[in-house]
Amino acid sequence: MNAQTQSSGRFLYTASVILLCAWVIVPLYFLLINTLSSPDTVNSFPKSFVPEFDLGSLQFFAGFAGMLTALKNSILVAGMTMIMSILIGAPAGYALSRFDFPGKGLFRLLILLTRAFPLPLLALPLAVMFIRTGLDDTVFGLALVHTTLAIPFSVLITFSLFSGIPLELEEAAWTLGCTRLTAFTKVVLPLILPGITASAIFAFVISWNEVFAAAVLTIENRTLTAFLLQNLDTSPLHLKFAGGFILVVPALIFIFAVRKYLFAMWGIANR
Amino acid sequence: MAVIEIKNVAKRFGEYQALHDINLTIADQEFMVLLGASGCGKSTLLRIIAGLETATEGEVWIGGKRIDHLPPKDRGIAMVFQNYAVFPHLTVFENIGFGLRMQKLPNDEVTRRVERTAGLMHIDQLLKRYSGELSGGQRQRVAVARALAMEPDVILMDEPLSNLDALLRMEMRAELKGVLAESNTTAIYVTHDQVEAMSMADRISVMHEGRIVQAASPIDVYRDPAERFVAGFIGNPPMNFLDATPQGAGQFLVAGQSFAGPSANKPLEFAIRPEDMTLSETGLTATAKVVEPLGAHLLVTCEVEGKLFRAVLDSDLRVSMGDTLTLAPMQDRIRWFDPDTQIAVK
Repeated sequence: MNAQTQSSGRFLYTASVILLCAWVIVPLYFLLINTLSSPDTVNSFPKSFVPEFDLGSLQFFAGFAGMLTALKNSILVAGMTMIMSILIGAPAGYALSRFDFPGKGLFRLLILLTRAFPLPLLALPLAVMFIRTGLDDTVFGLALVHTTLAIPFSVLITFSLFSGIPLELEEAAWTLGCTRLTAFTKVVLPLILPGITASAIFAFVISWNEVFAAAVLTIENRTLTAFLLQNLDTSPLHLKFAGGFILVVPALIFIFAVRKYLFAMWGIANR
Repeated sequence: MAVIEIKNVAKRFGEYQALHDINLTIADQEFMVLLGASGCGKSTLLRIIAGLETATEGEVWIGGKRIDHLPPKDRGIAMVFQNYAVFPHLTVFENIGFGLRMQKLPNDEVTRRVERTAGLMHIDQLLKRYSGELSGGQRQRVAVARALAMEPDVILMDEPLSNLDALLRMEMRAELKGVLAESNTTAIYVTHDQVEAMSMADRISVMHEGRIVQAASPIDVYRDPAERFVAGFIGNPPMNFLDATPQGAGQFLVAGQSFAGPSANKPLEFAIRPEDMTLSETGLTATAKVVEPLGAHLLVTCEVEGKLFRAVLDSDLRVSMGDTLTLAPMQDRIRWFDPDTQIAVK
C-alpha cells in the first residue's frame, strides 16, 4: 500500500512538473515556430509544429516603418535605465548594508513601497509634469520613470551583495593603507562586479518589458513594446509574432544568465 | 621605537560602557596579550588602537605620536583578523603585497618582501593560489605574512588562531611567537585562550567587564593574581577559595586549620592552586568526590567544609571516591583576598 501511494505521489509530482513546464514553454515554442516561418505559413491553417527556418516574418518586421527606430529607442531607454538605477541603487545598497542610521527600517520599507502604487495611477500626473518640464516624449524622460521602477530591485540586490562581503575585508584593506574609497574600489568592487552586472541586466529587462508608461509618456519616440501595442489591432499576425519574439528573447536570455543573483535577492542561498 | 601608550581610554556604545578608563603602556618590541572572556572589551580596545573604532574618551599614542584621530592607514600598524580576511579575488602573492602596492613601492621591492615573508610563514609554494584554494591554516599564514610584509611598528592580532583546530593552533602558536620575536615589532594579541596567553606573552593584561584587572608577566599573573577574578579565571583548574576567620596576630582559621596570613584583622578568603598541595599528616580535611586520572597527574575534586575544592596530585597515588584526604597547602603559595574589595591582601 505504501509503495502504491509512493508511486501515485511520484506520478502526481511528475505530472505537475510537466504541466508547469508546458505552461511556460509551449507559448514560447509557438512564438518561435511562427517567427521562423514565412508570413504565408503563419496566416494559413492548419499550423505546423516544426519551424520552417524562413526569415520572411523577421524581414517584414525589420522593414515595417518605425519598427527599427522603436527597437533603437527600447535599447536606449533600457540602457539609460540600467546605468541610472545602478548609479543610484548601488550606493543605497551599500549604505543599507554597512551603516546604521535612524529610519533604516523605514527607508527599506519605502523602497519597496515605490512598487505599491499602480503605474496607471501615476501615469496621468506624470504625463502632465513631463509636458510642463519638456520631458514628455523623450527617451530620457521615459528612462527616468523606468529607473524609478528598477531602483527597488537594484537596491535590494546590491544590498544583499554588499552584505555578503565581510566587513573585515574592508577593515583589512584600511589597515593596509587604503582609504574608505580605495578599499571600495580595490576590494569590494572587484568582488561584487558580477552581481552589479546582474543587477544592471535586471534593470535593463524591467525597462525592456515595460509597456504602460512607455505607451502613455511617448508619442513619436515609442519603444518597441509601446509601438507593438499601438499597432496591435492593425498589424498582421506574423508581425505580432516576430515582435513578440524579439521582445521575449533578450529578456529570457538575460534573466536566465543572472538567475543566481535574483535568488540571492530574495534571500535564497547563493547556488 | 614603537611604545604604545593608552591614556584614559573609555568607550560607550549608547548606554553600554564597553571600556572604563583604560591606562596601559606597552614597551617597544613587547608581546602584550589582552586576555579575557568574550564581551570583556579586549577586541574593542584593539580596534580602538587600530583605528577601526573611535574611543569615546582618551588618547592613544604610538611611538611618541598621538594617533587616535588618524585613519588606520596612517597609524603604522598592521592587523591580523580572526576570520583571516584574505582577499578572495587576489592571489596569495598579491594579498601579501597588497599593502606594499598601496605604498607604491617598486615592483622588485614588493617581490623581495613578499617572497621573504612568505618564506618566513612557509607559504612560498602557494604564492600563485587564490584563498579559495587554501586551508584555514594556510589562510591564516597568508594573513600574518601580509601584516609582516608591511614591516609595521605595531602588529595587532585579534584572536588569530581561534578558528584553527587544536593541533594546528599549538603549532602556529610556537611559530608565530618565533616569527614575531625576530621581527622586532611591538605586538598586541587578543585572545580568550589562557594557554595561548601564558605561552606567548611577555606580559598579559587580564580584562574583565571593560577594565584591565592586572597587567603583569604570565608567571606573576599566575602566581600573584591581583584580584580574585584573575585567580578564578587563570589556571585550569583555577584557584580554590575558602573562608578564613581572623584569630589575631596574623593567624587565620581555615576549615579548622590555623594558617599564617596577612596582618589584617578581618575575615578574608584563603586561596590556593590545586597543584600547590600535597597529601600529608596535617592539613585541610577533604572528601574526594570525583577522581580523574589525567595521565600526567591526578585531578581530585573534593569537598572541604561543603565547598568545591580541587587538588592536582601525583598520578601514582591511589585515591578513590569517598576517601578522606588530608591536604597540606605549601605555605608560600597561599594567597589571600579581601571578600569586600576582591583585591589581593599581602
